[in-house]
Parts: sequence; structure tokens; C-alpha cells
Amino acid sequence: MPSALINVPKNAKRGDVIEIKALMSHIMETGYRRTAAGDLVPRDIITSFTCRYNGTEIFRADFFPAIAANPFISFFTIAKDSGKFEFEWIGDKGFSETASASILIE
Amino acid sequence: MQDLTSSTRRGFLGLAGSAALCGAVPIVTVRPAQATPAMLASAIRNVVGEAEVHTGKVKLDIPPLVENGNTVPMTVSVTSPMTESDYVKSIHVFNEKNPQPNIGNFYLGPQAGRAQVSTRIRLADSQKVTAIAQLSDGSFWSTSVDVVVTLAACTEEVL
Repeated sequence: MPSALINVPKNAKRGDVIEIKALMSHIMETGYRRTAAGDLVPRDIITSFTCRYNGTEIFRADFFPAIAANPFISFFTIAKDSGKFEFEWIGDKGFSETASASILIE
Repeated sequence: MQDLTSSTRRGFLGLAGSAALCGAVPIVTVRPAQATPAMLASAIRNVVGEAEVHTGKVKLDIPPLVENGNTVPMTVSVTSPMTESDYVKSIHVFNEKNPQPNIGNFYLGPQAGRAQVSTRIRLADSQKVTAIAQLSDGSFWSTSVDVVVTLAACTEEVL
């Protein structure tokens, strides 16, 4: 069961630079490991992460197998208007998860 | 610089050819080939094209000695005013000796306010990690850090 952990400040002043943290539970199987029988374990990773702030894309990342399991990402944005941050993870084997967090601008 | 790229190109093509050969042979007991400095150079070329890569402006925070290569905290920050006319467009992180030279690409813009990204990465061996930032004026800036890894990631057996 995939689950996301999001950390966005609940309140901020307009113009503040705020930090956003996001973690998605995922094995991030590299595709380079083998079973004891010698079979290659197929790659299963998250390939793309996107964050939108009130509908506008503010941050995007491409992930490769060198990103650790349960990919964690932290980045910054300027607080503009009250509203919603939407997060989207897309990966191998049809993996697609979303999460959201709201912010109140004083 | 020109001489360096042309001389490693031959090495890279030779390696790519032998890697393809290994892939075609059904015996799969060999461990995956490591990325080589030549693969690193070619991965960087894919991102920067013909542009010159300057040294500086970029800071890569990563522990110099890592016990567990499966999860290594990493922070990349770029010195930039982050205004509409002067901001960081993207940050690209590469490694030298994992099976693949790419680690991650991060796309930001003037709305970020601060050009800083953190994540956790895997390192298969003691090696060099390189971060490259593209600024809004199209210039590229980079930094490299050497990391010593005691427990390698990625290629251990699954039971």
C-alpha cells in the first residue's frame, strides 16, 4: 500500500520562502539486483515527481535507480496565495500516486 | 578539453560495444558493468550539449564517509538571486561508478525562491558525485565531491 508523507507549513506570510518535503513509500528496485537463483529482479522505480501550487507546476524531478528506496525530496518555493499543493509520483508498472496539502497565507 | 573528449570517446564506444556483447550472451553471472568516467562524461554531454561547464556556484553537501551506500543524504544548493531574470533552471546529479551515471534531474524556476534540493541517493562504490546546474542565461556550473562508501548499494543479492 503506497503512502505519502508531506510536510508543508500550514501558515506562511506572503513572500516567505518555504520548504516543502515529500516522501513516498516505494521499493525503488534498481533492476540490477539478482535473486539467489541468479535471475535479474526487474526494475521497478518511480521515474517522475511533480509538485503543483494552485495548478501551476513549481517543481519537477526525474528519478533514476540511484535514488534511495522511499524517495524523499525537499525543495523550496515562495508562498504566494492560500491554496493547495498537489504532488504526483509516476513510475514503472503503472505506478501513479497523488497527495495534496493546503496552505494558508496571512 | 577537446582532446580529452575525443580520446575518451573511443574508449567509451569500445566499452559500449563490449557491454552490448555481454548483454547478448545468455550467461548472466557477471555483475552489471560499472559506469565509467567515460559514461559519466557522455551522460553529462547529454545534458549540457556543447556548452562549457564552469566550476563554482554549486554546492554539494554529502557526507565524505558513508557507512551505508543504500541511503546517502545529499543536498545541492546553487548561489543564485532567484529572480525572474536570473534563476536556476535545473540541477542534474551524476555519479561515476553506479551501474548508471544518472542520479536525478531537478527542474525549478524563479518561483522557488531558493535554489536548493535535498534527497537520498544510492552509491554502489566509493566514487565521485557531480552536480551540474543550468542557469536561466544558459550557462552551466558544476561541482564534484569524492565519497568513500563502506557498504555498497544496488548490486547485492536478494534472498
